[in-house]
This record gives sequence, C-alpha cells and structure tokens, in this order.
Amino acid sequence: MTEEIIIAGFGGQGVLSMGKILAYSGIMQDREVSWMPSYGPEMRGGTANVTVIISDVRISSPVLTEYDTAIILNQQSMDKFEKDVKKGGLLIYDPNGIIRKPVRKDIDIYTIEGAKEAAKIGNSKTFNMIVLGAYLKVNPIVKMENVLKGLRKSLPERHHHLIPLNEKAIKMGAKKVNNVQKHCC
Amino acid sequence: MANNITPEEIIKKGKLVFSKTALMTDKVLSYCPGCGHGVVHRLTMEVIEEMGIQDKTIGVAPVGCSVLAYEFMNIDMQQAPHGRAPAVATGIKRAFPDKFVFTYQGDGDLAAIGTSETIHACNRAENIVIIFVNNGIYGMTGGQMAPTTLEGMKSSTSPYGRDIEMMGHPIKITEMVAGLPGVCFATRQAVHKPGLVRKTKKAIRKAFENQRDKKGTSIVEVVSNCNSGWKMTPVKSNEWLEENMLSFFPLGDIK
Amino acid sequence: MNEVKLMKGNEAIAEAAIRAGVDVYFGYPITPQSEIIEHLMLEKPHERTGMVVLQAESEIAAINMVYGAAACGKMAMTSSSSPGISLKMEGISYIAASELPCLIVNVVRGGPGLGTIQPSQSDYFQAVKGGGHGDYRLIVLAPSTVQEMADFVELSFELAFKYRNPVMILSDGIIGQMMEKVVLPPQRQRLSDEEVERRYKSWATTGKTADRERNIITSLELKPERQEQHNINLQDKYKKISENEIRYEEFNCEDADYIFVAFGSSARICQKAILIGKEEGYNLGLLRPISLWPFPSNIINEIADRVGGMLVVEMNAGQMVEDVLLAVNGKVKVKHFGRFGGMIPSPREVFIAIKQKIIGGKNGK
Ligand SMILES: Cc1ncc(C[n+]2csc(CCOP(=O)(O)OP(=O)(O)O)c2C)c(N)n1
Ligand code: SF4
Repeated sequence: MTEEIIIAGFGGQGVLSMGKILAYSGIMQDREVSWMPSYGPEMRGGTANVTVIISDVRISSPVLTEYDTAIILNQQSMDKFEKDVKKGGLLIYDPNGIIRKPVRKDIDIYTIEGAKEAAKIGNSKTFNMIVLGAYLKVNPIVKMENVLKGLRKSLPERHHHLIPLNEKAIKMGAKKVNNVQKHCC
Repeated sequence: MANNITPEEIIKKGKLVFSKTALMTDKVLSYCPGCGHGVVHRLTMEVIEEMGIQDKTIGVAPVGCSVLAYEFMNIDMQQAPHGRAPAVATGIKRAFPDKFVFTYQGDGDLAAIGTSETIHACNRAENIVIIFVNNGIYGMTGGQMAPTTLEGMKSSTSPYGRDIEMMGHPIKITEMVAGLPGVCFATRQAVHKPGLVRKTKKAIRKAFENQRDKKGTSIVEVVSNCNSGWKMTPVKSNEWLEENMLSFFPLGDIK
Repeated sequence: MNEVKLMKGNEAIAEAAIRAGVDVYFGYPITPQSEIIEHLMLEKPHERTGMVVLQAESEIAAINMVYGAAACGKMAMTSSSSPGISLKMEGISYIAASELPCLIVNVVRGGPGLGTIQPSQSDYFQAVKGGGHGDYRLIVLAPSTVQEMADFVELSFELAFKYRNPVMILSDGIIGQMMEKVVLPPQRQRLSDEEVERRYKSWATTGKTADRERNIITSLELKPERQEQHNINLQDKYKKISENEIRYEEFNCEDADYIFVAFGSSARICQKAILIGKEEGYNLGLLRPISLWPFPSNIINEIADRVGGMLVVEMNAGQMVEDVLLAVNGKVKVKHFGRFGGMIPSPREVFIAIKQKIIGGKNGK
C-alpha cells in the first residue's frame, strides 16, 4: 500500500501542519512516511502545499506530479492540482471560495465544509483537522487512535490541552464529508 | 454607475491629495502588507522624480526582502551579492562619476555580511547615497537574528531572546560610519507616522543633493518594522517599534 | 531503544550534530538550510552538551571560525547553501591545505548567482573538483534520505579525523526541507579539553607544553620544493582515501537491462521511475554514488559490462555525467538527463528520458 497525497491551499490554513499530523499518524501505525512542503517567500500569504506519502515499503520519490489523493482548499490549488489526480483517485475540497468546481469524471469527489464547520465549533484553527477527519473517513489509511498519537507527537507540549478539541474537529469532519461523485468508467 | 467616468472626473480638481508615484512601476509590491519597505521605495523614487534625475540614476538592490527593488523602482538598477552593494556602487560611481548612484540595503546586508564594504565605501568618501532600512531582523530568510536585533528580542536564531553575552550587542552602524571623515551626512529616520515620512523624504533629498554637490557619502538609516518577522500585526509592530526600537536607535541627524 | 522522530533533513543534521558530540557550529542564515542553525539555537546545545553555536556575521567569517576551532583539534562544523558555500571556498582551500578535520554542509539551491532557493544539484563540480584554489580534495557524501542526513554527520567526523581532511555533505533543498522518519543516534559525550590535547598533540594548537614541539597551522610554504612535497603528501593521502572510502548503493543492478546513475534526491526520483518502468515491462536499475569523491568508478565500470546503457539523472546541466563517462570509458552508451534552475524532474519524465535516450526503439527483455 502506498498512498500519495497532495494538500494545497493558502498559507495560514494549516496545510503544512495537517500534513505533518498525517505523517506522524503514519509513523504511529508503523508506516514509512515522507512530507515535502513547498517553500519560499511566495508562501507569505500566498499558496502553500505539501506532498505526504504513507507507505508500507521504502518511499522512493518524495516529490511527485501525480497523486492518489488531492485535498484542495483554494481555487488556485484546484486549478493547479485537479488534473494531477490519478485516474480513479480521490479529490476532496472545501467548496468555500471555490468558484470553478472540479470537472473530472474519472475520479471520486467529496466536499467538506471545513470553514463553515470550524466557525460552528468557534475556532478557525480547527479547520485543518475537520478536513483531515473528512479525508480519513473516505480513506481510513490510519486508525483514529494513531491519529491522536500523531497529534500528541506533532503538537508542542503547551498545546496538548487542545487535543480534545482537535479530536472533536476530526470527528466532525468525518461526519460532514459529502460524496458528490463516484468515478465512472 | 456609468462606466465611462474617468478617474479624473471622480476626483474633482483640488481634492487630489495623492497619486501613484510616477517612478514606481505597476508591479504589485512583494512586501507583506504593513511593511515599511514600500514607503521607503516610494520616497526614494519621489526624490529622484522631483530632482529630475531618472536618466542619470543607477540604483543597487541588495539581498534581503528588497532584493526585488528593481521590479518596483522604474530606473536602471543592478542587483548585488549579499552585502556587496557599496562595492558594486563604487564600481558604478567610479565608472560614471557624473551619474547618481545609490544602494538600498537591509540591516543584515549592510551591517553583518557587508560591514566591510559599508565601512570602506564610507571611508573612501564614495560619492554615493546609502539607504539603509533597519528592521532589526532578517526578513527575507524568515526572521533570523540581525546585527541590529535588540537585546532580549526574539528571532528564529535567538528563540529565547538575544543574549548579549552569547551573541554580542546590537550594532549602531550609522553612528560608527558617521565617525569617518568620508561621510558627509548620516541620519536616522522612520516611516511609521506621516510626519516622520515627510522628514525621511527630506533626508533622502538632502542625501541626493550632497551627491550632486560631490560632498561624499550620505547614509540615511530608516528604522522600520518587519511585522512578519516580529510576528505581530502591522499596527502592533509600529507600536513596538516606537516603544522599543527608538530608544536604542534614536531618530535625528547624527552628522 | 533509539528514538524515532519525524524531522526535516536540516533538523536531523542539527540534532545529529549535538548527539555526535560536535564542539562548535558556526553559520549564517540562508534558505533552504536555515533550519540547521534555528534547530541548534532552539535546542540549547550549550546546556545539553556544552556545544557552542554562533551565528556569524557572514559565511566567510563562519568558515574561518571553523578553521580556528578545527586547528585546535575540536569537532567543528558549518552549513550553508550554494551562494554561501561559494564564499566559504577560500577558507575551505586553507583548511584542506592545512589538513584540518571539519564538516561543511551544503544544502544546494539553484544557481548561478543568487539564482533560486529551490533545490538543485548544480554544485557537484564545486564540491568534487575543487571550488577553491589549488590541488585539494574534499571527501563528499551525498545523502538521499533524512536518515542519511543524520547518519552522515557522525560518519563525516569519523572520516575527517581519520584522514585530517575536510568533509562535505552535499545535500539539496528537497532533502533539507522534507520530513521523514529518522532514528536518532544515541548521545555521545564531547571530548574533554584534556582528551583533545592528548589525542591531537601531534598537530593541534592546544598550547605548547614542555613535552612536545610547537604546533603551527599554516598553509604557506615559500620554498617550491617543499610545497611540491606537501602536495605529493596530500595526493598520497587522497589516493588512500580513494582506495578505502568509496560508498554507493545498488538497486537491481544485478539483472537490470539499463540503469540510472543518480545521487541524492535525484536517486529517489529514479527509484520511482524504476517502478513506473516495471509496470510497463522494463527492467531498470539504479547505481547511487554515496561518496561523490571518492567516486565509485570501478563498480560503474563493472556494471557497464552487463547493461545496455546508463542514464545519468541530475538536477544540473550535466556534471556527474563526466565522471560516469570516465568510469565507463566508452563501454556502453551514457547520456545525461537534467532539469535545473530549481526545477525537479518528475519520475515519469525520467522514465521517458531513459526510453528515448538509452533504450531507443527496443523494448525491455
Ligand atoms: C551569501 C549569502 N548569504 C546568505 C544569504 C541569505 N540571505 C538572503 S537575505 C538575508 C538577510 C536579509 O536581511 P536584511 O538585510 O536585514 O533585509 P530584510 O530582508 O530584513 O529587509 C540573508 C541572510 C544570501 N542570499 N547570500
Ligand atoms: S518579511 Fe518583514 S521586511 Fe520582509 S516584506 Fe515582510 S514585513 Fe517587510
């Protein structure tokens, strides 16, 4: 099993830390993992993305141009990465701010109202965990217990009191994820 | 609203208080919203425009957030290696003694890696203008400690605050070079308030006039913010600047 | 049990340096390697081991601080990325000439000039062929995983002290910035000053005691005869290193029809290209030089007897390919494929390149 994921959105949406928590969860499940971010000054308020690979064999290239899953959190990223999802692959996006919906027919598409749900929880920082919960519901590559262990590992000690809130957000994401298309052919 | 109204019609005569600086290009500034760099760019270009010396001016961009100054300043420019702008400017000025030459540099560029070039250009009385934006941090590379970082100030390479014993003192390089006979004008200004912006512009104007009058090196330090590197909102960073930077880096003419 | 952590390559180097008992680190920030000094500062190594970490005013100052500390017999290191490494070259030449052990890390970004902060391998020539002036060699190690970033720190110091020669870890922005699982080595104790004085008394400047001659660290020799002899001694040492310190990794080189030759992150991309090739019925392999100097010429020459051709994949315009061509010496077709200026080749692009440039019309076995 090798799962190749791109997570892409604005800097500040928690894209990189969501990838990190996912990668740490993979380690907790005894998998090989890699996490490769975009980096540079263009990230100042601009776009950010991270490639996360979780596998049960040694990981080859950490940099990819085709993905099993794309988690898309803004329009620029939709424009850039929709075409890079492998045939039969998975695309999850937050419709908030998306003006051009995905058009691919050969992939599975899900939506998660991450921004809206985060507002309901009353903490915009839970946004990325809601999206993560949505993804893990659709593709449970790591067990919830390992995600919680991953959270514990990747959050600094002083933020550990936030773990229950994050857990709640992940569960919320799992509940609210919405299938909009099953791939055809 | 009918779309055939021109901006000139909307802005009635006599009401126009500000328009885009003619010598700034149409490129969107790459600076973080709230950053002082943009203001200093504008002032420099206004002075060059008002003196009518666009066709005689060559600027030198540093390595730092303002590395892309040449994208925004509508004049001929060269981009120097990190810290070497005063040497590059020397080359230009010696090759073209009658042109106007200036460097635009950050504190890391001018006062760390480029200290030697700064001091020696000043000591040779190179007839150039040095515009020195001091934000107390390395903005471009993500907020590391600069030679001007204040005691106790946090940065990514002084995460527990600048420790003088381990990391040395913040440096007042403008005062240092003011002691050199080659420097004719050394001043420290700021741009976080309208009144200070006007003063800074006057200082930059004076520096370019010194160059016209072949008086030697002029250095205009501008104490500025780096809201991203300081991890503050723009407003908070300006307050912080006022409360902390200015007591160590007092404003005014030094020479 | 050893600790497993998720770390960036840059952080892994920094943490491994603390654990290897490194005495001093001197550096200057530059993307994409600033996390090395940032991690060191965060970790308070002066409290953990007594290690000194100093942000220098420039790369030139940093490498000369390394020169001074290394000449005292201490474990000294610095790190930078391409433009900063260019500035260090004068100091590196002096350190090599003075036969001092130290570690220099280059997390390469695209050049020339200020270039880009994105990953590249365009400093291969600079690292293995000189860079600074004079006839000298660095031992150059090219990690391709975060684990190797950590492991090569201790290895580098082992080699540096064994041969009294500077060692360079030639990494790039991908391996520096990416996070992977890493098993950290256990904490080693730093040598005491007394131990340093005892071990390195034949050469280190630790203060002249009555029982030994003065130790002078210099690279100056005005008499050409003696300077020639110094060069001959250096060359003898380099020959010994070439005989003993070659490192490489093979993937399916035993029965591949064609192979890639690639180092560092390019080798990772080639591994994926091999998988793509397998799906399409091609039997491909990879030879990954780990020591770029000394270069694994012999094994490449041997493999040339078995395969139909080699594609050298690099994130540069063709540098290591020259060493592969020398090693193969005309036995089989060798071609280069590269992306540069901060562009990263995709595995599929690399696979298409080997088909077009090496395999030609023929299909796999
Ligand atoms: C030789 C070299 N060393 C290091 C760097 C990395 N670098 C780029 S900008 C910079 C510091 C910029 O800080 P400053 O001059 O204070 O300007 P600011 O970005 O704060 O405006 C550094 C260290 C480089 N580009 N070249
Ligand atoms: S990082 Fe700092 S200096 Fe650079 S543009 Fe942003 S606020 Fe300005």
